[in-house]
Amino acid sequence: MTDHGLGPGRQTAGRGGGTISRDGGFGWLLALPPAALAVAFSTALPTVMDGGTVRFAYDWVPSLGIGLSFLIDGLSLTFALLISGIGVLVGLYSSAYLAGHSHYRRFSVYLLLFMVAMLGLVLADNVITLFVFWELTTVASYLLIGFDHASAKARRSALQALLLTGAGGLALLAGLILLGAAAGSFELSTIMASGDAVRDHQLYLPILILVLIGAFTKSAQVPFHFWLPNAMAAPTPVSAYLHSATMVKAGIYLLARMHPVLGGTDGWIWTLTIFGAVTAVAASVLALRQTDLKLALAYTTVMALGTLTMFLGAEATVAVAAAVTFLIVHSLYKAALFLIIGNIDHATGTRDVALLGGLVRAMPITALAAAAAALSMAGFPPFLGFIGKELKYEGALAIASEPVFVAGAAILANALMVAVAGIVALRPFYGAPSATPKPPREVPIRMWISPVLLAGLGLTFGMAPSVIADSLVQPAVTAILGRPETVKLALWHGFNLPLLLSVLTFVLGLTAYAIHPRLRQYLIAAGTRLPATADQVWDRLLDGLKGLAAVQTRILQGGRLRRYMFVVFASFAIAVGTTLIATGALRLPTEWPDLLLKHWAAVVLIAAGAVMAAVASTRLTAICALGVVGVGVALLFVMFGAPDLAITQLLVEILVVVLVAMVMLRLPGFKQVTVRRFRRADALLGVAVGTVVTATLLAVLAAPFDRSVTTYFETTSVPEAFGRNIVNVILVDFRALDTFGEVAVVVVAALGAYALLAGTRRGERP
Amino acid sequence: MNSLILNAATRLLVALMLLFSVYMLLRGHNEPGGGFIGGLIAAIGFALYAMAHGTAATRRALRFGPAAISVAGLGIALLAGLSAALAGDAFFTGQWWFIGAGNGDKGLPLSTVLVFDIGVYLAVVGAALTIVLALEDET
Repeated sequence: MTDHGLGPGRQTAGRGGGTISRDGGFGWLLALPPAALAVAFSTALPTVMDGGTVRFAYDWVPSLGIGLSFLIDGLSLTFALLISGIGVLVGLYSSAYLAGHSHYRRFSVYLLLFMVAMLGLVLADNVITLFVFWELTTVASYLLIGFDHASAKARRSALQALLLTGAGGLALLAGLILLGAAAGSFELSTIMASGDAVRDHQLYLPILILVLIGAFTKSAQVPFHFWLPNAMAAPTPVSAYLHSATMVKAGIYLLARMHPVLGGTDGWIWTLTIFGAVTAVAASVLALRQTDLKLALAYTTVMALGTLTMFLGAEATVAVAAAVTFLIVHSLYKAALFLIIGNIDHATGTRDVALLGGLVRAMPITALAAAAAALSMAGFPPFLGFIGKELKYEGALAIASEPVFVAGAAILANALMVAVAGIVALRPFYGAPSATPKPPREVPIRMWISPVLLAGLGLTFGMAPSVIADSLVQPAVTAILGRPETVKLALWHGFNLPLLLSVLTFVLGLTAYAIHPRLRQYLIAAGTRLPATADQVWDRLLDGLKGLAAVQTRILQGGRLRRYMFVVFASFAIAVGTTLIATGALRLPTEWPDLLLKHWAAVVLIAAGAVMAAVASTRLTAICALGVVGVGVALLFVMFGAPDLAITQLLVEILVVVLVAMVMLRLPGFKQVTVRRFRRADALLGVAVGTVVTATLLAVLAAPFDRSVTTYFETTSVPEAFGRNIVNVILVDFRALDTFGEVAVVVVAALGAYALLAGTRRGERP
Repeated sequence: MNSLILNAATRLLVALMLLFSVYMLLRGHNEPGGGFIGGLIAAIGFALYAMAHGTAATRRALRFGPAAISVAGLGIALLAGLSAALAGDAFFTGQWWFIGAGNGDKGLPLSTVLVFDIGVYLAVVGAALTIVLALEDET
């Protein structure tokens, strides 16, 4: 499974050589916008470190309480810096990785679109704004996964991710609206301050479930985990950026953001702990089954997301601090490892671990970065990963409810992570060199500088943990828990239980690494005994949906005009008729209105036209009879003082007769299409529709008429809109937007009819 | 349809109907009429022309494709609505100018509302003729 035609562009000019490509050698400019943003965000650091927040807001839909408002606190700043910072390195890397790709510009636009969406998501201080950006990340992710649009696999994966995260997004929207209703505001800063009110609200459980569905689909928790490995069909820099370091953490961000509002209840603690633990363990087992380096890494990302969810379920400060630290650690080493795998793929033409070995001689710099990143992933000192792991154990033990369960899951997942780190970063580089599709050689500087920097940061922060403890972790923990917290990170904690657990982890992990080939065989054998993978269940679900759509389409839309009309009118008669009866709106007139002779004449004309249309034996007669009905209605409009309506009615009637007469010439005669039993059913339906419409009109007339709207238009039409014809003033001024919509419908309908006719003319069946 | 009387009569009738349609469009704000009604009259006029002289002649007389006319009308209506933003008003707020007003004389009233109505007129003419001409081509 490689990125066919995607990878490795025409990088033939050699190491760091100036590749002439369609981007004109300016592809690296992609790194500039994130760089500028990263600098801008760092200016907020001093404020946030002092416990302050920065907020700016613009009105959007003030009448609904929806504002375009943004908040920078410890949590959003941590995310914003990760997004923009990693964005710089991924942008730089992409410019070399996709150099010469014919769609590099499109790629750049998608990537920047994603970055903006992601930043908007984490900075939003209004839940509706947050949701809009949330959906935008889904769309950008769809475009990027399906970037190689010629590949059916990429298209399927993109659609799967879109449908799954899109469905989660809908649940999230419902949850956020309920949350806004429960808290009385859509502003997150207000909602976060009213946590107690929300937790005691009767809507708390629906809110919790809906928000968690949104977060779990986005962050690939079991049972929604399968879209993430499939998303690896995207180009490798995209996998590094979206599907490991940033976008999939949007769900984690949401959980962290909602922690002060929804957290602390039994439902929150148990759901997050159990789903997180199951995801972490299941994903690390699945990771061991892979031989594709990228897929193995994808599963460890799912494992990391599970771990983060598990720790965010907790209330203890140290558990939340573990989550934040691990979030940073993971983003650094995982982005580095993805880019390194991109390098391996680029240099050798394969990502299959079974085909790789001894690359260290050909690719020394990449090997060095790989070793550093893998050591951080496995949690060896003095890397930041070690601190993260110690904190996790400390946090797990501090979780009051179920310390053994959480710690056990963390140890198992971490041990398997050690093994995967070895498989991903040791196997390809050491051991006997093997024949690869391309002879390996070191990649150009723009492709190794990013992983080296990312891995180097893991080491630097490990040596000087206070740098991120004060600037990011402590403010973020404060924001998540909604109370001032002090967090200190240190490399050496002394001899204690977490250290012992670390040693246990290493032993377990190295054992798993040593027996990996046999372990993998066993896991694959066990996997085949399962009834179906989640991916297959998804396919069956989609097939079922398509089957259902096909069946109901065949029933309702048989392709015959008669059937369509029958369905439409029957539904109308049933729906309106039952509503009339059920609501008791049905009223019969108690007295006959005084009708003049001319009114009776119009009524008789309409009735005669209707009867004639029903019994006509040729189409032309029927159509003319219908025209008579229309003229009669227009006459009534004139008599009751609605000349505009009358004119329109008359003109439309003329046009309809002309149009139908044209169509008619092409249709078979009445006799050929009507059968006796059809006519009986049609007559019944006609009587039913007529009865329902008549009853409805009587019910409407029986209700008292509210003249306030009429009075408003009568008094304001001339002074405000300078027009004496109220109908037209309403059409073009008071209700101009409605008119615009209606006219647009008319135009679209005309274009649709034109397309259909053009299609049949060429002898095609549309 | 080959009818000498229809052929001769339409030349006069269609011109009159088009003139009438513009009259209905312009007077619509104060008397019965307006863009929708005017557009329907013009469309019927052209439909008549198409019956007498055929679709090719009608398309030549129209100069632009009917679909293009309808979409242009939609665009004009949208621009008329958007122009309110230039004055800082909400979408589709009518803007009025009274040219030469003063001393009890109302002057010549011009407005974005009129522009909007012209857009409606064109959209209706174009949409109706799109269907009419396509059907007429069929037969």
